[in-house]
Amino acid sequence: MKLFKNLLKSPMFVFGASLFSLVLFAAFVVPFFYDISQVTRVGNPYDAPSGKYLLGLDHLGRDYVVLLLRGLRSSLYVGLLAGVIATVLGTLIGLIAGFKGGLIDDVLSALTNLFVVIPQLVLLILISTSIGESGRSLTLIAVIIGLTGWTWSARSVRAQSSAIKSKDHISLARLNGDGGIRILLVHILPYLFSYVFMVFIILISAGILSESAISMIGLGPVDTQSLGTILNDAKNNGALTDGYWYAFLPATGIIISIALSLYLINTSMDGVFNPRMRK
Amino acid sequence: MLKKYPTIKFISTRAGWYFITLLVAVTLNFTLPRLGPNNPVDIIMGQFGSGLSAHEAQQREERYLMEFGLIRMKGGEIVRDGEGRPIRTSLIEQYGSYVGMLAKGDLGTSFRSSEKVWDIILRALPWTLALQIPTIILGWFIGNLFGAYAAYRRGIFDKALFPMALFLNSFPFFVFGMLLVYAFAILFRWFPPMGGYDLALMPGFSFAFILSAAHHYVLPFLSIFLIGVGGGAIGMRTMGIYELGTDYIKYAKWLGLKESKVLFYVFRNAMLPQITGLALSLGTMVGGALITEMIFSYPGLGMAMLSAIQNQDYAIIQGVTLIITVSVLIANFSVDMFIAFFDPRVKAGIQMGKGG
Repeated sequence: MKLFKNLLKSPMFVFGASLFSLVLFAAFVVPFFYDISQVTRVGNPYDAPSGKYLLGLDHLGRDYVVLLLRGLRSSLYVGLLAGVIATVLGTLIGLIAGFKGGLIDDVLSALTNLFVVIPQLVLLILISTSIGESGRSLTLIAVIIGLTGWTWSARSVRAQSSAIKSKDHISLARLNGDGGIRILLVHILPYLFSYVFMVFIILISAGILSESAISMIGLGPVDTQSLGTILNDAKNNGALTDGYWYAFLPATGIIISIALSLYLINTSMDGVFNPRMRK
Repeated sequence: MLKKYPTIKFISTRAGWYFITLLVAVTLNFTLPRLGPNNPVDIIMGQFGSGLSAHEAQQREERYLMEFGLIRMKGGEIVRDGEGRPIRTSLIEQYGSYVGMLAKGDLGTSFRSSEKVWDIILRALPWTLALQIPTIILGWFIGNLFGAYAAYRRGIFDKALFPMALFLNSFPFFVFGMLLVYAFAILFRWFPPMGGYDLALMPGFSFAFILSAAHHYVLPFLSIFLIGVGGGAIGMRTMGIYELGTDYIKYAKWLGLKESKVLFYVFRNAMLPQITGLALSLGTMVGGALITEMIFSYPGLGMAMLSAIQNQDYAIIQGVTLIITVSVLIANFSVDMFIAFFDPRVKAGIQMGKGG
């Protein structure tokens, strides 16, 4: 609670949290008042914004507000799913490597270091092309991003958990006869909660950006809209060079808002949580 | 024997480690595209096979199968079963022939143009290297300078710089590229929106061509550079503030050392972890820069990749991904070596036999 009060004192956190709340509001409350269930042609390609269609129409004459809201929801879904997968994987691998040490640590760290240097974009492109048009669903893309995005978090969690391992209360627990898993869950993980939470926030943001990036290059989901596919359509249909600002400015604005707000939340938490943990 | 030469031991362990990573990368590059249900030959035949007679189609299919190492060969001839059909190879055999071809420097042939993938890459690579190497290094360096200065000065400079760096750093590459194109190429028309040079000119060492290439260079350069500055500044600021609070700096100040000398110590000590940071983020940086190339239709590897993806040209996709991974590995290895020779802390570790 005290931590939360400290957070509220940070202007960075307040700004980030408000911006993110706004994003959530648009994604989950606005649809109650604005029907986004239908994606249909309502006018001519790239009709300019009007009173009825506030952000104009896309290259197929579809309402951009509907597309953006649906895209935003898809992006948040991808971010959450990919973030959960990557965080769980990274935390588990990092925890076990840092806590167990020895051969297990060597193997897990080698694996982590290996995947840190192979660019995630390369893996995403290779897997997405192999799946082909027909199978590229939003969920599958989220899973792939999660499965390829854990390395960085594993590295940092490993460093943290190996630092905690040598603390006195761990030795006490051992003397008490506690088993490895119990020590890991009861005596180490709670110390890392704030850290893991911060990692989670960054991985959500990274997941959203990865999805937009591969959608941008035409490897996006085929079953729905995402902010990335909106940008891809805009680019492929010459909206950028023809100057139809409403085809890409709102989408880029939403992506920046998500990335910036999550990043600010993370950075401000770092400032509040970290003095204790910093080496 | 190597114990006497810790440096050589360190270099060889690191090199060995990168070699293993390379093997894994090659294996992934081979396996991942084969995970899906699509056989590359079926895809090409689906695209180009229509309108051919049965005999022609069969010939063409066999040629592609041969090229992809999907059928067994003996002395340049296709090995056939009793009914005259070619015998398919197993995955292991395919992997063997893939690695064998790579060892000979053969990345295969494009599906579309029957051009060698290696030639396509060689044409694109100079553009990518010319765009990415200076941009990433300069962005990182300038960012570090700003960050160190902000950490030292604090006050207004820091208050203005830090939020701006945070803002820049949270920009995804492709988004930033799009906004720059819109603002400076479409609205103001200061710079061309796409391409690497004026297509009316022949690439060469003529004045007009170099001028045109430089003109086209500005926007892609800025979009990668500014994001790098943001990231570098944030990292360096944090490191700098941490270093400024350490005992050795307090001691140096009590001794009455000159301000510039103290700042130099701070910069040097905070710089080295930043180099490691750069190495770790290289994969992301290069990936982002490739997407930037696609936004600007810059004639580098990113664009080669984009058109390959649109054409489902697996041979080019696989070739480009491999070259990207290898480049990132080489860059990482160089940074590793750089740190080993310039960071006194790591150097001491190597000398004591802890390195590797």
